[in-house]
Amino acid sequence: MPQAHGPPAPRLSGVSAYLDHAATTPVQPEVVAVMAEELSRIGNPSSLHTAGRAARRVVEESREQVAAALGARPGEVVLTGGGTEADNLAVKGLYWARAAADPRRRRVLVSAVEHHGVLDPAEWLAAEQGAEVVHLPVDRTGRLDVAAMREAIAADPASVALVSVMWANNEVGTAQPIEQVVSIAAEHGVPVHTDAVQAVGALPVDFDASGVAALSLTGHKFGGPIGAGALLVRRGTPLVPVLHGGGQEGGVRSGSVSAAGARALGVAAELAVAAQPAHAARLAELRERLRAAVLDAVPDAVVHGSPDPAQRLPGLLHVTVPGCEGDSLLYLLDARGVECSTGSACTAGVPQPSHVLRAMGLDDDTARGALRFSLGRTSTAADVEAVAAAIGPVVERARTAGLALLA
Amino acid sequence: MSGGVDSAVAAARALDAGHDVVGVHLALAKTASSGGRARGCCTVEDARDARRAADVLGIPFYVWDLSERFATAVVDDFVAEYAAGRTPNPCVRCNQEIKFAALADRALALGFDAVATGHYARRVDGPDGPQLHRAADAAKDQSYVLAVLEPRRLATALFPLGDAARKDDVRAEAAARGLGVADKADSTDICFVPDGDTRAWLGARIPARPGAVLDAGGRVVGTHDGAAGHTVGQRRGLRLGVPAADGRPRYVLDVSVIDNTVTVGSAEDLAADRVEAERATWCGPAPEPGARLGAQLRAHGAELPCVVERVDAGALVVALAEPARGVAPGQLLALYDGTRVVGSATVRAASRVVVGA
Repeated sequence: MPQAHGPPAPRLSGVSAYLDHAATTPVQPEVVAVMAEELSRIGNPSSLHTAGRAARRVVEESREQVAAALGARPGEVVLTGGGTEADNLAVKGLYWARAAADPRRRRVLVSAVEHHGVLDPAEWLAAEQGAEVVHLPVDRTGRLDVAAMREAIAADPASVALVSVMWANNEVGTAQPIEQVVSIAAEHGVPVHTDAVQAVGALPVDFDASGVAALSLTGHKFGGPIGAGALLVRRGTPLVPVLHGGGQEGGVRSGSVSAAGARALGVAAELAVAAQPAHAARLAELRERLRAAVLDAVPDAVVHGSPDPAQRLPGLLHVTVPGCEGDSLLYLLDARGVECSTGSACTAGVPQPSHVLRAMGLDDDTARGALRFSLGRTSTAADVEAVAAAIGPVVERARTAGLALLA
Repeated sequence: MSGGVDSAVAAARALDAGHDVVGVHLALAKTASSGGRARGCCTVEDARDARRAADVLGIPFYVWDLSERFATAVVDDFVAEYAAGRTPNPCVRCNQEIKFAALADRALALGFDAVATGHYARRVDGPDGPQLHRAADAAKDQSYVLAVLEPRRLATALFPLGDAARKDDVRAEAAARGLGVADKADSTDICFVPDGDTRAWLGARIPARPGAVLDAGGRVVGTHDGAAGHTVGQRRGLRLGVPAADGRPRYVLDVSVIDNTVTVGSAEDLAADRVEAERATWCGPAPEPGARLGAQLRAHGAELPCVVERVDAGALVVALAEPARGVAPGQLLALYDGTRVVGSATVRAASRVVVGA
């Protein structure tokens, strides 16, 4: 008989060094517990009977918890299925609402290093809805060129529908000058969306103080489950829904709300934000050891992203290794129990040339040899040592394979 | 692992044999299409099927992007060969340049010992090195498309399906192993021609150049849009204004890109019994002149008895015991001694020595 399920893969068994927290993080035990508890209860939060009211209460308490952790009002939290959904709702929803109020608003300004969750909806608006996408340049460290943004808005302020600049980049870890972005946009009354998916739990994030109109987050990047996220939307910001239906979430996001997902998101956010300062300090220290170990074993590796610890994700180390293919490095490290990433999106398993590295001015040959190590709550000095032991021989072998490909 | 049943079972058998197996799917097109299920490779579904098969077997799985190398070594070559009036076999080329070259080189450099594929052929390790033999299942035998492999390439190749008695057994084995690809259709077309219409695909890549279709006597009997793209032995798709005197079907006898002419004639005119070939590769020692061997001129074509007339510096001339029809320049001539592949060479010209056999 065919097996219904294969043997369980070794996941976080202690054998492997998991250094891909920017992809997803282990769910906090407390979160697993509350989520399991909630899953065992019945109730659709939209139902009017007792079970429905109980589920509704869980959702609203969780919403308050998320709001409190991130400096938002409960009414500003729109629960979504994750970061990409939040990004789509922000980019399309803001665009549609702003263009409906004034048809001149056709320009969507995005940083050139946005996640595909922002870039692709913007490109879709351009292809299908008559929008014009303006890619704002970044410097060699991946940080937004604020002067270029100022010029882009000033060229025709009345035509700008929205600005979307991420809080911190998922590939190279560089944090963006959100405060400056907001202040420039505010001069022209333009709303700013920020994709803070990588930032929450890693950097201090205060929605109200930031001044952004909308902020995307997802639970699984800070100890919550995949499938529970939110868009924080400043009160009074008009937003056209992407999902139409039962009118949940104030009519902005229809679909039955998962009480278990909401509770998991709330608990994960509270835990992650409370732990953030100590967590960031610990990761920064581990990351520094990792950086030193990689450069020690591979002296010609190049570290990318902001050199300023205050302007980057504390646990992310992005390097390019000359003469290597990123996916060779990935395979060889995986075979030695080190799990990391090339950092860029892949299509059907093939890493695509990174638009982030291109925007930073790297040539394609350099960008091919990219590796992203991302540390998190469960990372230890032993993980760093595992990389330190593996990276030298791995690079040597990957270089031979790289030469074989050129032959 | 292409996503098909053969490579999935090959991986399973390699695993059973005690090897440490990693599944690799080749991305051969820059933008993966999501076309119909009947296609042989390169679709998103195929990559997913390959990944699922690897999951079921419990082996690691990776996708390697060899699309640039494939584009130049296989696709561009395919177009260039047709443009030159020849008839290439892209699967042969892919085995020679991609699967047992680019893929193998990279795999060996990464520390692997061999590349196992789902081809139906047998590798036998003889006293003078590895030998390539026909598969146990003659109907599925694919040794022809592997006949270009030199001994050093063969030495790091494994064909776990070579002993399979029948393709149906492989499907049954896949089903028994819980591999969902067990009943997936075989690939038949050229994988990079999306809808299987090779003529239209070539037409979009080789500029049209109208010219004359001639009969064997040099009389104009029709027109064509370009001599390139025609194949010796081709019958369909000829626009002939003048019917044959005897009313019988006519076939392409010759393609001349230089004169931009296509010559047609009867099935008898098509027969050739002397084949000249070039760029020979030998899987072991080269045969001596006079050697009596078997010749195969196309994938799944019949094996014809032949005598080697000449072998030197990569050039090969064989005399066929019986005339063969439709021997096109560019095709691969594979030589067999019993079940063993002696080597292969690319057809340069074919002619008729014994008239009126």
